[in-house]
Amino acid sequence: MTSQALSRSLPLKRTAWFRQYWNLETLIAVLFILPSLIGFVVFYAIPTVRGVYISLTNWDMLTDAKFVGLGNYTKLVADAQFWRSLQVTAYYVLLNIPLQTAMATVLAVMMDRVAKSSLVRGIFVMPWLLPPVLVAMIWLWMLDPTLGFVNQILQAIGIARQPFLGSPDQAMPSVALINNWQYTGYTALLIFAGLQTIPKEVYEAAAIDGASEVRTFFSITIPLLRPVMVFVLVTSIIGSFQIFDTIAVTTKGGPVDATRVITWYIYEYAFSRFQMGYATAIAFALFVILILATIIQMRILNANESDLA
Amino acid sequence: MTTATLDKTLASGALPSKRKPFPVGKIIGYVVLALAIFVVLFPFWWVIRTSFSTQRELLSDPTSLLPVGFTTINYERVLGMVDTATAVAAGGSGQKINFFLYLRNSVIVAALIVVGQTFFSALAAYSFARLKFPFRDQIFFVYLSALMVPGIVLLIPNFVLIRQLHWDDTFLGIIAPTLLMSPFAVFFLRQFFLGINKELEEAARLDGAGTFTVFARVILPISMPPIFTLGLLTFVTTWNSYLWPFLVGKTEDVRVLTVALAIFRSQTPQGAPDWSGLMAATIISMIPTLVLFILLGRRLVNNIQFTGFK
Repeated sequence: MTSQALSRSLPLKRTAWFRQYWNLETLIAVLFILPSLIGFVVFYAIPTVRGVYISLTNWDMLTDAKFVGLGNYTKLVADAQFWRSLQVTAYYVLLNIPLQTAMATVLAVMMDRVAKSSLVRGIFVMPWLLPPVLVAMIWLWMLDPTLGFVNQILQAIGIARQPFLGSPDQAMPSVALINNWQYTGYTALLIFAGLQTIPKEVYEAAAIDGASEVRTFFSITIPLLRPVMVFVLVTSIIGSFQIFDTIAVTTKGGPVDATRVITWYIYEYAFSRFQMGYATAIAFALFVILILATIIQMRILNANESDLA
Repeated sequence: MTTATLDKTLASGALPSKRKPFPVGKIIGYVVLALAIFVVLFPFWWVIRTSFSTQRELLSDPTSLLPVGFTTINYERVLGMVDTATAVAAGGSGQKINFFLYLRNSVIVAALIVVGQTFFSALAAYSFARLKFPFRDQIFFVYLSALMVPGIVLLIPNFVLIRQLHWDDTFLGIIAPTLLMSPFAVFFLRQFFLGINKELEEAARLDGAGTFTVFARVILPISMPPIFTLGLLTFVTTWNSYLWPFLVGKTEDVRVLTVALAIFRSQTPQGAPDWSGLMAATIISMIPTLVLFILLGRRLVNNIQFTGFK
């Protein structure tokens, strides 16, 4: 196909090197890639490099940036509020991920057993399609301390009204439940898709050996689902660490600092206090934490080994 | 070693009926699923019910499953169809809101990004998959590594850039960072293009087709399913995004739905929130997604696999 392009191609008095690399096909290839390359360089590559530089300055967007070396990073290590926001974020991830994964696994198995219909799966995926801002709005109303539906139910069965998002103790669990509502169905669909990949012969063999259903689930289903589980856990944990929209609509980091997760802390520094240098340094710290969390998970879950091999 | 009937019963997940006359497992399964479906669907009904209720009567009858004091005034006022005095009387804060405008803005932003990002990413993906140019694999590797960078890291430098270009509060500023590519889209389509049989393209070239013709007439038509999936995913991501359009598109003219909803929420009085208005706005913001879901839901659901579609 190169010869085709070449034969219609350009004047031939070129050096060998030039001819090797610059023919019509190369030109077209470059034209094909050019728009994406511009987008990548301007909005991904340069901002990353520029971000590193900003994090080494004390820039406030008003006055000229002054280079402060690693000043922001040493400040970060000593910043109690930063550590507190990390702790709050970790608390959120712990509230969110285990419950969501467990519920999604149960739902996936139930779908696999009794309802493989697209309609059921469609219903479960619906909350995932909606904007997190909108989901937060729905639950803000459902969990309203005085008129919210959940409190009306609690009252009807004789339990006192709860403040939910309004109390420091309950705010983070409430945010976690809101996000469970949004993402459990989608996670269940991923696990369901994984269940479809387990060969039937394995179950048949287990049944012939007289294994109980419970035993089959823990000895066959769970181990063979590992690749799916690794994917689900790694992506949902990375997503959880970056929770922002729900917090922005419901609690704005409060009450006090009960829901001031790391992204909200970055947002406050960047867009309320305009300390761009420090905010960017926190963002890079989060980046490093995400990389470490991913590496640790891959190690623990033995992600590179397959039980089916 | 197994008979066909045994195969069937095991495949459906149940044990042979002789051993287990009463399918307890199945009943538990149905109950769990029914409960989950209720938990998913009920809030939607509650939002609808609230949006058609009279704000004042919500207070006196907070548990009715049907709208209390049925009215469409909440929709009229969030769509900017009634004057301020009427809106305030119905529970509004008196701030100007016009969800027609925000809906239009959301559609403009999402349409431009879906078309632009998908098309330019497809061009690049084809280039990476099939064409030859210097440093091809190195450039692709750099694209790939960008997949790992969290959005918040790029947010501040990109915000600063848009400000310096004076593109803030314009559609251009909102769409610019995602219009020309996304690393995920390039990666996703490249993987698909790599799997296309080369003989198709070679046949077209023997017939005298140039590279662009091959791309437009051979590659694009047979790649419609993955391109469609990707476009749908890009639409959902764009339509749902909040922080970026909030930072660079605050003025009314370019305000998108998610931003408008959050602003509406922050304007509502603390003591007596305008719930019926907020829920009417929520429903309006939900309609395009629901329409898309009803039209394409089956295809979407069947496309969700644990590898490709995240």
